[in-house]
Parts: sequence; structure tokens; C-alpha cells
Amino acid sequence: MDDELQPPPETGPPSEYARDRVPLLEVDNVTLRFGGVVALNQVNFTLYEHEILGLIGPNGAGKTTCFNAMTGVYTPTEGAIRFRGGNISGLLRHKITKLGIARTFQNIRLFPEMTALENVQVGADAHHRTSVPSALLRLPRHWQEEKDGRELADHLLEFVGIADRMHELSRNLPYGYQRRLEIARALATKPTLLCLDEPAAGFNPAEKEDLLQLIRRIRDTGVTVLLIEHDMRLVMGVTDRIVVLEFGRKIADGTPAEVGADPKVHAAYLGVPVDAA
Amino acid sequence: MTELNDRGETLVELDKTDKRAPARRSDDKKPGVRARVRSAWGAPGRWFNGLPRPARWAVGVLGVVLLYLLPNKWFYEYLGIPLGSLYIPLYTTKTDMAGVLFYSSWIILLALGLNIVVGYAGLLDLGFFGFFAVGAYTVALLTSPESKLLTEYNWLKSPWPWLAAMPLAIAFAMLSGVLLGWPTLRLRGDYLAIVTLGFAEMIRIVAKQQDWILNGDRGIPEVAHPPGKNSDGTPIFLFDFRPYFWLVLTVIIMLVFLIRNLVRSRVGRAWVAIREDEDAAELMGVPVFRFKLWAFAMGAAIGGMSGGLWAGQANFVNSGTFSLENSILVLAAVLLGGAGNIAGAILGGFLVIYIPDWLRSVGDVFGLPESITVGGNTYDISVTSLRYAVFGVVLIVVMIFRPQGLWPNRRRAAEIEHRKKEMVVGG
Repeated sequence: MDDELQPPPETGPPSEYARDRVPLLEVDNVTLRFGGVVALNQVNFTLYEHEILGLIGPNGAGKTTCFNAMTGVYTPTEGAIRFRGGNISGLLRHKITKLGIARTFQNIRLFPEMTALENVQVGADAHHRTSVPSALLRLPRHWQEEKDGRELADHLLEFVGIADRMHELSRNLPYGYQRRLEIARALATKPTLLCLDEPAAGFNPAEKEDLLQLIRRIRDTGVTVLLIEHDMRLVMGVTDRIVVLEFGRKIADGTPAEVGADPKVHAAYLGVPVDAA
Repeated sequence: MTELNDRGETLVELDKTDKRAPARRSDDKKPGVRARVRSAWGAPGRWFNGLPRPARWAVGVLGVVLLYLLPNKWFYEYLGIPLGSLYIPLYTTKTDMAGVLFYSSWIILLALGLNIVVGYAGLLDLGFFGFFAVGAYTVALLTSPESKLLTEYNWLKSPWPWLAAMPLAIAFAMLSGVLLGWPTLRLRGDYLAIVTLGFAEMIRIVAKQQDWILNGDRGIPEVAHPPGKNSDGTPIFLFDFRPYFWLVLTVIIMLVFLIRNLVRSRVGRAWVAIREDEDAAELMGVPVFRFKLWAFAMGAAIGGMSGGLWAGQANFVNSGTFSLENSILVLAAVLLGGAGNIAGAILGGFLVIYIPDWLRSVGDVFGLPESITVGGNTYDISVTSLRYAVFGVVLIVVMIFRPQGLWPNRRRAAEIEHRKKEMVVGG
């Protein structure tokens, strides 16, 4: 236990110390079936605090399903998902968000007719306690929460770099802005774990580079990041560890270098049979 | 730049529209008819929003004073508008203007409540009148000396005053909203509409059939009026509609401020988020069910308040008032006016009562025939008897050409526009 309380060593790649650190999220033998379809098959992996974990795999491997299981959209058929030691499978979605897991969506799902600012404010409201009675009468405590939420939203919009268009309806924002707005909205819920579902989809190399920096900056604020991404350069560049899924099963788990050298991973991506590789 | 204007929209958005307008004017191309109509339609709003804040308040106060003057006959006489002649655009001749205004204000109150449920939270509630019934019956049972609570069960020693019964009426309506919402708000869209429809019908049929407390069709007479005496000792609230209108108008004005507080807070944001993408809202930490239930409860409370006010005026409550048509009428008011906008709900509530009653006088004004004889049969074609048909046509026309309502919330209008495009593209 004492080891866990010590600060991480200053030297060495992040993955070296990530392994010794506190597990934040454990996906424990999770199976998810939809009728006869097995979307996830006994998936196991652990996410440690302050690391950036990549979740990769060919299309249909179960990456987004895994996200959905973690954020409460689906309840695992078998197995458990533990967040900071407590089982969260089967909890209500907004409770999971409050516990500290936030996510973005593969297909952008902002509130299209709300401004960018309002979108982020909705996220910030997740931890606000005052409700209808105090809002009706504008009690001071409610007022304070509204003000704090606004400040947090301003800060986050600045942080992801889209503050210049915060008063525009989110559906009128350019694609790159919408992607970053989703990240800001997720961060507004004050997560300890941020799950990004293909945040770089449709980005050009320069935008991808910006995103890479952004993800690092998010991690530096103390947020653990789980990243689904197809762009191998991005994944290899930013993650500390990578988990590879194929057909709902985990086929590899390790540092980018380890995973990159794994013949099973090559096979999964290039379609070579395992024994031929 | 980040100040909010009166409608809860950011000024920056307004700046944008202001910039767009002159740009269009500078074009050589003439704007189309549609664009010109649209621009003229929005002109008063733009003018109002362009005023400095104190001026906006002044205009608002003036408007309110005008509203308080509306039911007075002397007001029209003072203005030199000859009543009962061709040239009265506003005053209704076949019915008491004060009465029309009272019924409008009463529907406006209901529309404000339903607007929270349908307009903001996007929950289709077809049984809104059920809550009205709960409020009306609560007041009737507590304040009538004929109430069986007194005469048969001796639960009450003497009838309550109207004012004391009102909070209970609101509370009971709210409670019934929560009780109805608890099991049903997990349903979405059409399913919820059917369940709420069933609820309102259930209340009506129970009120009609059962005899041990609600007196079935015979109803409950002698419901108390609101308190207050004139200087000469006669009660203010009796048969004159005007004080009732002023009372409801005052309630409406207070409610408008309260509802505005709500929709500009996290509550309003949560409702809009739920309406736009329920799943995404929940994953962003919005307790969807709780806020839907709040929307339902707030709507129900306002419905109950409206019921209590109505019972206080009508003096008599039976199951006849709670027909399905009235639920639909309130919904029509919200949709006609523009769902998701307080001003729209008020406009819609006014029009759905006012138009049919105004049409009654139109027949006189234009000297239209009362009946027509074809082949020995006489058909009644007076505007009075056809007024709801005419009103129906008006509703249909408005919904075809302006599906977002007459005075919509800008955001909500954009949503509808967006959906139309999606349908065209087939997405």
C-alpha cells in the first residue's frame, strides 16, 4: 500500500510507472450478449490513474460497446466493471457520470440547438445540487452554482480552444469545434476518467497534432484518459498502454511498442491468420 | 457581450441577426414575399429587444396596464370606439368582453403550465386537464357548504375560505402529477401521450360516475369565491368577470417571472437537453427522470391552480368541464402560440378562446345570414354555430404555414426547421 502513495518516478516513460499505480477502472471478465450475438467476450483490462490507455481494434471489435458498458448504456451480461473499487455495472447513467466517468461520442451528439456555452454548462450542472425550488426563487446558493458553472464552462471552452465561438449554436459550429466541444462538455462533469470515442475521426494531420496535445494536457490536469482511435500514429504517439480487441475479445495488452510488435495484432489488422503470422 | 436579454437569449445572437438584416437590404436582389413577411413579423420583437433596458421595462409596464384596462367598457368608449358597430376589431359583441378575457386568461394559465411539459421538456401530455380537474374539485370540496365532506362525512366543521383551499388544490394537483409521472415518464413520445390521455379520461369518468363524494353529474354547487370586499361592503368577486380576470392576470404575471427564472437556470437547460437528446443528456449527468418529473409536477401545479381559480369563479363544479376537448384546446393553444416560449403560450391561450368568440360577433358585423334553406331543409350556418369549424381551419392553416407556432422560441423553431430538412434528405 505504501508504494502506491509514493510519487511517480520522474524518469522513464509514463507506462513504467503507470503499472505500479492505483487501479482506477477494472473491467473484470465482462461479457455482453445481445440475443445470440456476443459483443464482448470475457474482456479483462485495468486502467490506472493518470495514464492514457488506448483501446483499439478493427471495426466491430467491440470498442464502443465496451465504452457503453462502462458508462452504463448497457449492463454487462456477465462480469463486473469496478470504478475505484466499487462495482458500477447496472448503475444509472447519470450516477456513473457523477462518480467521475465522462465520455464523448463517436457520432457527435451535442445538443444542437443550444449554444456551445450552454452545452458545457449542462455538463457542469452534473454536480450542482440546487434544483427547481431554489431556481424558481433564485436563492443565493443557486445563483452561486450558476456562476461557478459559467466560470467552469468559460474556462473549459478556453482550455479546448473554442472560446471564440462560445455563443453560437453548436450545430452551426465547424466539425473540429464540435469535436472539441464534446470534450469540453465531458470535462465539465469533472471526471476522473475521460473516455474519448474516436475524437480524431475526420481530422487532418494538423488537427490531429492539436488533439494529441490536448489529450496530453487533459492528462496533465490529473484526468485519466481512455482513448478509442483508429489512427495508429496518434494512438502510438499519445498512449501509455494499449488494449487491443478483436471480435469482442481482448487479444493484446501492453505498451505501444509491445502491442506494435505483437503478431496477433498485425494479424487482426491485416487479416493474416494467426498461425501464419 | 454575455448579457442575457429578456427572452433568455444571448445578445450576441441578436447582434448576428441585426447584422444579417442590413446585409440583405444592401443586396440588389429584392427579398421574396416570404422573407418580407417573416421580417415584418419579427419587427416588433426586434424593435423591443433593441430598446435599452429601462425602456423595455416601461413598454412592458404600459402593456400590462393596457391588459388591465381591456375588459372595461368605458375604456373603449373613452377611446371613441363605437361598440356594436362595424369598426370594432377587438371588442366581442355577442359575449361579455370581460368574460372572454377571463376565459382566455384561464386558458393562458393552463397553456403556461402545459408549455413547461410540452414546450420545454418535450413531453407530449394529452391529459393536462386532469390536473385542472384535481384543482377544481379540491377547491369545490373544501369550500362548498354542500360538499359531502361536510354534510355526510363531517370531516370539516365548516367550509374553508377559498384562499385557504388554493394551496391544497395546488399541492394535490402537483401530487397527482408526480403519481402519474412516476410510472409513466419512463415512456417516451406517443406512449406517454396515450397514458396521459387515459389519465384525464379516467378522472373525468370517475367524476361522472361516482356519487359518494364528487356527486357525479350533479356536481358541487356553492363553491366559495375569492375573498375581498368593495368599499361599500359588497364582495368584489361575484358575478362581474372583471375582478376574476384581474386576479388571473396578476397570477399570470407572477408566474411568468417564476417560469423565466426556471428556464434560464440549470433546470431549463436540463429540459432542453432532454428534449434534444435524452440519452446524451443522461450521459452528461442530467438526472433525466427527475427533471421530467419536475416538469410534470410544475405543469400539474399550474394546472391545479387554474382549476382552483376557475372553480372560484364558476361557483359550480361537475364532470362536464373536464372533457377531452379542453385538454386538446390547451394543447392547441401551446402549439398555435409556439411551444417552448412563454410569450407564445400566452398568445396561443388568448387566441384559442378569443378567436371563436370574436367570430361570434363577426356574423353581426358583416351581416352574414344566420341560416340557409336548401330544398326545404333549413341549415344553420351562422358564424356562431360554425365558429369552431372556422377556428379549426385557422389552426390547420397556421400549422401548415407556420409549424413552429406564431411566436416560437427561436431555438425550437430551428429544431423544427432542422427536422423538416432531415425528412427531405431522408436522414
